[in-house]
Order: sequence, then structure tokens, then C-alpha cells
Amino acid sequence: MLIDFFLHLKAAKLPVSTKEFLTLLEGLQARVIDHSLDDFYFLARATLVKDETNYDKYDRAFAAYFKGVTEIPGLEAEIPEDWLKLMMQKHLTAEEKAKLEKLGWDKLMEKLKERLEEQKGRHQGGSKWIGSGGSSPFGNGGFHPEGIRIGGKSAGNRTAIKVWEQREFKNLDDSVELGTRNIKVALRRLRRFAREGAAEEFDLEGTIRGTAQNAGWLDILMRPERHNKVKVLLFLDIGGSMDDHVRLCEEMFSAAKSEFKHLEYFYFHNCIYDYVWRDNHRRHSERFPLADVMHKYGDDYKLILVGDATMSPYEILQPGGSVEYMNAESGATCLARLLQKYPKSVWLNPEPERLWEYRHSIQILRDIMGTRMYPLSLEGLERAMRQLNK
Amino acid sequence: MRFEGSTNYVATPDLKLAVNAAIALERPLLIKGEPGTGKTMLAEEVAAALGLPLMQWHIKSTTKAQQGLYEYDAVSRLRDSQLGGVDGGRVHDISNYIVKGVLWQAFEADEQTIILIDEIDKADIEFPNDLLRELDRMEFYVYETRQLIKARRRPLVFITSNNEKELPDAFLRRCFFHYIKFPDKETMQSIVDVHFPGLKQSLLKEALQVFFELRDVPGLKKKPSTSELLDWLKLLLAEDIPPEALRSQDRKVSVPPLHGALLKNEQDVHLFERLVFMARNNR
Repeated sequence: MLIDFFLHLKAAKLPVSTKEFLTLLEGLQARVIDHSLDDFYFLARATLVKDETNYDKYDRAFAAYFKGVTEIPGLEAEIPEDWLKLMMQKHLTAEEKAKLEKLGWDKLMEKLKERLEEQKGRHQGGSKWIGSGGSSPFGNGGFHPEGIRIGGKSAGNRTAIKVWEQREFKNLDDSVELGTRNIKVALRRLRRFAREGAAEEFDLEGTIRGTAQNAGWLDILMRPERHNKVKVLLFLDIGGSMDDHVRLCEEMFSAAKSEFKHLEYFYFHNCIYDYVWRDNHRRHSERFPLADVMHKYGDDYKLILVGDATMSPYEILQPGGSVEYMNAESGATCLARLLQKYPKSVWLNPEPERLWEYRHSIQILRDIMGTRMYPLSLEGLERAMRQLNK
Repeated sequence: MRFEGSTNYVATPDLKLAVNAAIALERPLLIKGEPGTGKTMLAEEVAAALGLPLMQWHIKSTTKAQQGLYEYDAVSRLRDSQLGGVDGGRVHDISNYIVKGVLWQAFEADEQTIILIDEIDKADIEFPNDLLRELDRMEFYVYETRQLIKARRRPLVFITSNNEKELPDAFLRRCFFHYIKFPDKETMQSIVDVHFPGLKQSLLKEALQVFFELRDVPGLKKKPSTSELLDWLKLLLAEDIPPEALRSQDRKVSVPPLHGALLKNEQDVHLFERLVFMARNNR
């Protein structure tokens, strides 16, 4: 019975594993929860879902699975489906509800077993038999202070269904929200710790090993401190169609600036040509030839290009195609040269991935990049960082 | 043994269930959530509520998994051997130089203990992997003295993470997981009631209003969280600010008093002041 539920989650692309499933069963066996769907939802989430970005996926899968289900897990007896079809909804008054005797949990389970054996046919209403719409502690759609719900659709007296149908965790799904903090966390994947520079730190392990080899005479060893040595060269497209993405790019930029010690950044417009600049206000007076940039920064730099790659194909392919000045070499040539110098490179595109195939210029640049173009979403950023780390 | 919340910690039903499941099955519980939503507090409160001793292990970027088990203090042994003679016999017994870590102490305790591994994501990426067997089987081997340390009572392990690094799947599979979501208005109200029982209702209402509006301001780098709200309320009380000051009657928009407690970043303060200024001009 629960195996179906497990496979359903698996089919919904949730990363669930057998071990976790066994833990869930163990939890059910240890009576961590009462037999309420509400608690089952929370317990299954705590055991099976290990990342809040998957909460929304889980909510949807759970809702889909339990919408039409006629069996509730943990019940030994088979109950014919037609009993449980919700035929009538009986609204009890507050007085009547108060009248219902409160049975203890164990007693309730005992009685349920007894009655399952006693009961033969379908039953509706009334206050003893299992069926729907009544006020017996067992069945569906009824009202009893400590009742067990058996199958069927929720009668609306419960609050449980709301929890997963609200989809509170929607914005934690990884393709959507991108805050400065999230970007920082994604960029952190690029960290590479290494020891280089002056030997300043006392190497305890080395000293002990050295001393032992030295037959007990102290042999003090020092080593350089460990720090993040990743170097990043960032090229940002600015102006024109990029104005729509300015907030996203600002966040990306501020996160990158605080995350990397060796970060060099330059701006370009639409496509890379033979000049880039550092200060957008003085873009015409203070330009850096691309060749100088490539000479100055070694090929251990990782190259990140940020741009929407949305322009006329001529601006990429034709010499003189730039909208700003007369470029002697085409954008494609300049970009190819840049990529040759920096083999570790990615292009981040703030346009959503589904639009890419409709824009010719994006296709061209993606080909030039050798498909290393990623959307500027959390998930895309992670893929890009993984690519850079390879 | 069940955890039902405590007098100074408001736990939502899903959090209680996760804690109780971890208690019943004796598995580690991994807690994530926005900074300042009470992740570390939880372990302290559970320990207090269940009356169990709490052992804390705060993780830094330099922490190694080994340090939680034990450390071999080679330096003092080396020094003792170099000095010779002073305490001759001591040097030959290696167990004199083994310093017990948090996990060893917990495994050795006669009663059940609670271990808090705080901010596990700060450590090196290999850190959680190095603890797999220790947390799963609750035992480890001491190579120096060739002994196996096994937990007498499986301790309850609480692990907090700020999501700065992804944790390995093998590690996650062994834990329960709970994400503390940011409290809604009603939960927030009960949290504040727990911390400031005597707070005037009118002040609280206005303060919560201002707080949730502030969280909705787009583009803030660091949104204020529960602990910031509690600090701010403390300041408001200390300064004896009347509720009217938070929302002035003449419908003029103003920067809330003592906003420094809520916004911790000068760019955020700047952005907020600019928004207020713009809103004022529009009227």
C-alpha cells in the first residue's frame, strides 16, 4: 500500500531512497503519529524530503496521490470502496458533538477491529457502523472528537488538506527566487582552497612527523595559510535590452563581489568586441582593449559572461556590425579568441531558458559557447558553477 | 518521551512532530531555516523540556570531524618526552594524551544526552561524510589505543544548517529533516507573547504591522527575522515609545523609530529611506 505512495513520489522526481522509506515505515510502526493524514503528511516529509526546495514538489505529489485514494495506510482490513463513497454530509449541532463520548485511542482501535468483524453490509448515517456521514467514531465525513477517518475525500471538517494545498513553499522551488544570499551560496560552490604564498602557519602534523624521523630532535615546519584561490573574470552586458534585468544583475554582481577575492569585472554592450570598459559613465573615454585584458589576466581565471544575448545576428557575425562603433573584427571572432584563452567559461543568460530557441542570436552565441550557456536562475547558476569546476 | 513545546519556545505542530519522530526513532534531526528563526534555541529548549544534558559542538570553517570524537595531543607528549625524566611513566601510556571530544563524552554518559552540532554547513565539504558511521551506528574506533567506543544510550542529535553548503546525500538519508518556515502573523504573535508577556496589545499590533510590511519591501538584502523583531521590541519598550509613534495619525509615512535593530545593512536602510521619501512625495 505505501509502496505505491513511495513510487509515486519517485515518479514525481523527488530524490527519495529506499532507506528513507524504511525509516518512514519504522516511524509508523513505532506509533510516532496517530492515524491522521495530517500527521502522516508531516512525518513523510521529515523522513523523505531533505531539501526545502523540494517541499513544493512534495506538496503537489502528495495532493495528487491522496486526492482519489480509498485506503488509508495502517489499516489492516480491506473495506469495500462503495461503502465509503461520500453520499451524504450530516451536520451535527454543537450539542450533539459534545454528546459524543470520547473514546481513548486504544479502545477506539479495539472497537474498530470488533466492528469490522461484525459488520457485513454498506452503511450510512447512524451512530455505530462504519460508513459515511454518520457520527460513529469510524468512517468518513462524520464528526467524532477522536474519530478515525477511513478513506474517501475529506469532508471539510478537517484542516489537514489545506496544509499541502496552500503550497507555502512554492517560492523555495529552485528555479524561481534569486536573492543576494541565494546567489552567494551558489557562487560559493566555486571555492577552491589551496595553500600558496609565504609559509606562516605552524604545521603541527608535519612537525611531529619531522621530529619523529629526526629521532626526537625538534624539527619545526611551517606552511602557507589556506585560502580561496579561485580567480574570476566577469563580463557584464549593460544597457539596451539588459535594462529589464537590471535588478537581477545587480544582485548577481554584489554577491560575486563579496564572494571572490580575485574578481575582475568589465562591461560590454550586446556582444564582446575589441574594447570593454570598467565604468559605465566613462565608457567612451576610458576603454580597455580586449587584448590587454587577455594579456593581464592569466588563463587560470574563470570567465563568466552575463548577458541576454538578444540582438541582431549581424551584430555578432559581421565586422562593423556593432551598434556603437565601427568594429574591425566581428563579435564572434573576439568572443572565440576570449574563449580560447580562458577554457573555463560560461555564459549566464537572464532570459528564461524556454525563450532561447526563438531567438536567433541566442542560438548563435550558445553555439559559440559550446552550449555552456545557463539561465540566471538558482538552478542554472549551480549548473554553471559545476561546469566551471570540472 | 515527547516534546510538547515549552514555556519560552513556540513550536508549530509540524516541528513538534519532527522532533518527536527523531526522539522515537533515535535518528539525527537536521534543522534548516532563515537565520534567526530559532534553530539553535530548539535544541536547548528540547534539552530543558526533557531534562536531558545538552552537549554543544559549534562548527567553524576549520573544524574537523575527528575533533568531535577525540584528539591526540601529540605536542604535550612530545614535550614530555623531550624533557624526559620529569614524569617518565606518563609518556609511555598514549591514553594520557587523548583528549575526548563532544561525541565521545556523549557516548560515554550514563544517561541519554542531547548533542547539538551547530552550523554544520560552516565546515569543510567532507565534514558530514566523515561522521556518517558515527551518527548512524553511534560508535567509533580509537586507533591510538585500539578500542571501540560505543554509545551506551543513543544520544539525540540536533544538527543546524544555514544552507551555505550542500550536504551530501548519504548524510541526508540518515537524518530527519525539518525546514523552519518564517512564522505567520498568529505564530509571531504567540512568540512575542512568550517573550514579552506584559506588552501592550496596541503597541504589539502596530509593531507587527510595521515589521511584516518591512519584510515585504522588495530588494532588501537581509530581511529582518524573528530575533531582530524581538530585539526591536525590547528597544521600543526600553525607550517607552507609544504605539501612536509607529503609525502617525495624519497618515504621513515615516521611518519607524529605532529601525537600526531591524535593518542591518546600510544599503537596506538607504533603500528604505528612499522608498519612504518617494511615498511621501506622492501624497
